Amino acid sequence: MLRLEKRPQPSQVWTYLTPLLAVVITMIMGAALFAALGKDPVAAITTIFWEPLFGEFAFYYRPQLLIKGAPLVLIAIGLSLGFRAGIWNIGAEGQYIIGALTGAGVGLAFYPMESWVIFPLMVLAGAFGGWIWAMIPAVLKLRFGTNEILVSLMLVYVAEKLLAAMALGLMKNPEGMGFPGSRNLRQYDSAHNAELITGSGMHWGVVAAMIAVIFAYILLNRHILGYHIRLTGQAPRAARFAGVRPARLVLFCLGTSGALAGLAGMFEVAGPAGQVSIDFNVGYGFTAIIVAFLGRLHPVGILLAGLLMALTYIGGELAQSNLGLPAAAIQLFQGMLLFFLLAVDVLTNYRIRLSRPEVA
Amino acid sequence: MTGDLLSVVGLTKAYPGVVANDAVSFAIREGEVHALLGENGAGKSTLVKMIYGLVTPDSGSMTLHGAPYAPAEPRAARSAGVAMVFQHFSLFDAMSVAENVALGMEEPPALRDLATRIRDVSETYGLPLDPFRTVGGLSAGERQRVEIIRCLLQDPKLLIMDEPTSVLTPQEVDILFTTLRKLTAEGVAILYISHKLEEIRALCDHATILRLGKTVGTCIPRETSARAMAEMMVGSAFAAPARADRDLGPVAIEVAGLSLTSPGQFGTALKDISFAVKEGEVLGIGGVAGNGQDELLAALSGEALAVPDAIRLKGAGIGRLGPSERRARGLLTAPEERLGHAAAPDMSLIENTVLTAAARENLMRNGFLKWGAAEAFTRKIIAAFDVRTPGPGTAARALSGGNLQKFVIGREVLQRPEVLVVNQPTWGVDAAAAAAIRQALLDLAANGAAVICISQDLDELMEISDRFCALNEGRLSDIKPAEGLSVEEIGLMMGGSHGMEVAHV
Amino acid sequence: MEFGSINPVLLLASLMVAATPILLAALGELVVERAGVLNLGVEGMMIIGAICGFAVAVNTGSPVLGFVAAAGGGALLSLLFAILTQFALANQVASGLALTLFGLGLSALLGQGYVGIKPPPIGKLDIPLLGDIPLLGPVLFSHDLMVYFGLTLVVAIWAMLKYSRAGLVLRAVGENHDAAHALGYKVVRIRVLAILFGGACAGLGGAYISLIRVPQWTEGMTAGAGWIALALVVFASWKAGRVLLGAWIFGGVTVLQLNLQAAGIAIPVEYLSMSPYLITILVLVIMSADRSRAPASLGRIFHASQ
Repeated sequence: MLRLEKRPQPSQVWTYLTPLLAVVITMIMGAALFAALGKDPVAAITTIFWEPLFGEFAFYYRPQLLIKGAPLVLIAIGLSLGFRAGIWNIGAEGQYIIGALTGAGVGLAFYPMESWVIFPLMVLAGAFGGWIWAMIPAVLKLRFGTNEILVSLMLVYVAEKLLAAMALGLMKNPEGMGFPGSRNLRQYDSAHNAELITGSGMHWGVVAAMIAVIFAYILLNRHILGYHIRLTGQAPRAARFAGVRPARLVLFCLGTSGALAGLAGMFEVAGPAGQVSIDFNVGYGFTAIIVAFLGRLHPVGILLAGLLMALTYIGGELAQSNLGLPAAAIQLFQGMLLFFLLAVDVLTNYRIRLSRPEVA
Repeated sequence: MTGDLLSVVGLTKAYPGVVANDAVSFAIREGEVHALLGENGAGKSTLVKMIYGLVTPDSGSMTLHGAPYAPAEPRAARSAGVAMVFQHFSLFDAMSVAENVALGMEEPPALRDLATRIRDVSETYGLPLDPFRTVGGLSAGERQRVEIIRCLLQDPKLLIMDEPTSVLTPQEVDILFTTLRKLTAEGVAILYISHKLEEIRALCDHATILRLGKTVGTCIPRETSARAMAEMMVGSAFAAPARADRDLGPVAIEVAGLSLTSPGQFGTALKDISFAVKEGEVLGIGGVAGNGQDELLAALSGEALAVPDAIRLKGAGIGRLGPSERRARGLLTAPEERLGHAAAPDMSLIENTVLTAAARENLMRNGFLKWGAAEAFTRKIIAAFDVRTPGPGTAARALSGGNLQKFVIGREVLQRPEVLVVNQPTWGVDAAAAAAIRQALLDLAANGAAVICISQDLDELMEISDRFCALNEGRLSDIKPAEGLSVEEIGLMMGGSHGMEVAHV
Repeated sequence: MEFGSINPVLLLASLMVAATPILLAALGELVVERAGVLNLGVEGMMIIGAICGFAVAVNTGSPVLGFVAAAGGGALLSLLFAILTQFALANQVASGLALTLFGLGLSALLGQGYVGIKPPPIGKLDIPLLGDIPLLGPVLFSHDLMVYFGLTLVVAIWAMLKYSRAGLVLRAVGENHDAAHALGYKVVRIRVLAILFGGACAGLGGAYISLIRVPQWTEGMTAGAGWIALALVVFASWKAGRVLLGAWIFGGVTVLQLNLQAAGIAIPVEYLSMSPYLITILVLVIMSADRSRAPASLGRIFHASQ
């Protein structure tokens, strides 16, 4: 019989090893899955993990890594703060959408005026939109004790409907010949989140993500607020004893994660996506949950995990077009990763032992 | 081996890093009260868990009524006639008394019949109890009655009682003993676990003494002095804390008419509590667990807020200030629960130092933490309070209870508090560490701090306090000088017998 | 489509149908939470039930086999959650989310060949005399078997929790798992069984959407029903009877907004279709003030250390 035995203290080694182990197990199980779907497993795995980085068309895919990774990292950093404190914002997808709507809304309102202030205003509006959307579950939690998981999640569906309403109504391009979707912000210089270095994939969202990583690192390791966040997650009673005000922490964590998700949405709509459309959101807000856990809620870990997850998106698309691998297989693959991570995580705090046969 | 109900031979159980029981042997006769005596950590709990089938021994054997006995689970133990009254963890707050009793029985009758039987048994043994009340609303003494009745309904041959008197007033203890004697007269054997020597001398026929997992001796308590038993239990004698004469200063903290409802569903509300403690004075607050101790500590620490003038520190109303502000003004506290309340289990000692000492010890600047300074202060605590740990980076949960408690008390004492409030400072701590902690509290008072010690250990309170009072259902008794108080007086201050009655024969 | 008029009898009748999927899923989750486990993977288990039920029903032509497969699929997925939380001692919130993300991905993969197909029809249970009663007949007595199954399940779970030994032990485990363990109850085994039951119920609820309510297969078709079911358990204060009441309220809101859409009211469709989610939030706000009824061990990890 296998038996779990609690370690006297969390294992440092396994803290770093478990994400790698989870990735390896997922690759093996993923290969088995692809084989079951009748695809060459080795080809599928190399297409996903090797081709985008070192293959023939890597010059095209490498910048994509930053474009897809930036929103994931930006959102996951915000989520990780709350997750560490036991505050579960599951509605980043909704905050991402609202950030895109408010950001694009400001941009579209100024059209066709050209001015350097427009883009900064859009950034502020995007952050504000995500923030306000996240404040709804925060305020309801503090005022009425509602569960932030359920409320933030319900608001994702509301935001999706709002997005559809905007794409079909208020924000619809008046010169769009009746097609749904807004004006393309990429053709509006003052509002365009353009590449900073051509061909690098580097846009303002990438810069924001890097700043967020550094900010979170300092906050969690050096600042009393970050300490209080960690303390609240690990021992809520001890946190109150230390003098932490839980309400403030709820507002800070939900607010920050909302603002960062809103920023991610704004940078996406003004750059890579270009316009408000019905199918604007592609699930970054949910994938970021996986990213946050895979990165062990640690800023540097999240950076790496975000890039890895971006790679599975790009490699997945590649495998879809080259090998005919269904899109859902990649979604499943990402889900598996979180599963295995949670499963092997037990090794950090527990030792597995073979129990001796009973001596009578 | 005629007459032996249960005999235990060479029971051994090892956990990683510690041998909890090392070849323990002893025997219980039918109809006797057998004491299992030992310090915290001596292995008493592990031993009874093996007898009750909760833990499987690594080696050794047991016989019950002369037949081999190896219960795989509590159910098997219960059907063999072994019942257990737990110290903690065995009642369900949100359920009724009858439901709680039913959960402890193999084949409970219908709830209505069960209620009748509960009434009958409680009548017979003087343990009044309403079967349909919710357990969460009961006092500690009443909760214990639920446990005892649960056991009695199964006609046990052997009743195991784990520290049963720790939740009772002296008067209630007398009534419990009457009940137990009635049971032994009916032929039930009782395995009685305790570290209170006088109790064991009053009640028990035989005693087996455990130290560090080994049987170190047996005795007949009535014929053995408490001192001799204590020496067997502890292994060596400890110096009693020394009290220096001291002059009391002006009032440091004053609580006036403090009333607070408890946030928890089953908590105790504080009702009109008033007291004042002078500089250099130790106030001991006794009482049975669950009578408002946690709530009083929360009100003093700032975790629960009151009206401003209900609590005055050196004359200034601080009732509305949070824990950080109160710490800044010199009011420090140490709650009862070490892991999860006074310290975060998974955090290192350094991080746990920051928990309360960040502002007072200058461990941060503009909100940015100075980890180097925090480590230095942690080392200071470890050195001054003899905390046994591999280093300051060790997680709190890796320390033994006594060492963590020394760390927690040391962390507050070394911040030079003007008022220190501690709750159960030596609960679950070995005798050496307990003596050190009590000495530290006395030294602190000698240096002019006001100390409030909330505890359920009356010996401890008598040892260190200048004045004594007790919490009973959220109210505070009159405050009397500790010197010269009789056990009866203390018992009445703690609320007397709480409506218990002597068993009807 | 009838413009401008909404038939109240049809409205009430379709309310019963609209309520059934979340009723089934919420009842399952109720049992899981009473055992002290918070499984946030209801959405994932529902969608797996939806595709398993759909695929089996299409391939065998038997809706009954479809429902059996749905229950099996939901239970199988919940087994993963049980392994994670009960044996690997993973965080229940994270594991539940993982279950939902995984279930959505897996269902999309499994459902690839089934888009645009119609499932075999399911006969309604036309009770001869009762069904002919005006008003009450169509509202109460002319539904498919699963509607009545759901109602039976409400009564069964209520009685089980209140009167049976199994219900008492289940509640005890959810209330204080350390005490239950000390009395010798197998906490992990009881919780795993509860989780499997919850998975099976969620699977049935999902299959009801794909086989009866819609009826066809589209990716992500549960559209938050699993999350609404979770909210329903809070709304019901962990009581079976109130789950039914809540399911009818949500069913009513859903049906009403669909009717309003069909009636061509001046509000854009997108805003109307927000209403079930907004109502859920509103209900949570009203009901969350009193959390005293929540099982005391809900969401806490159990490890028998000694």
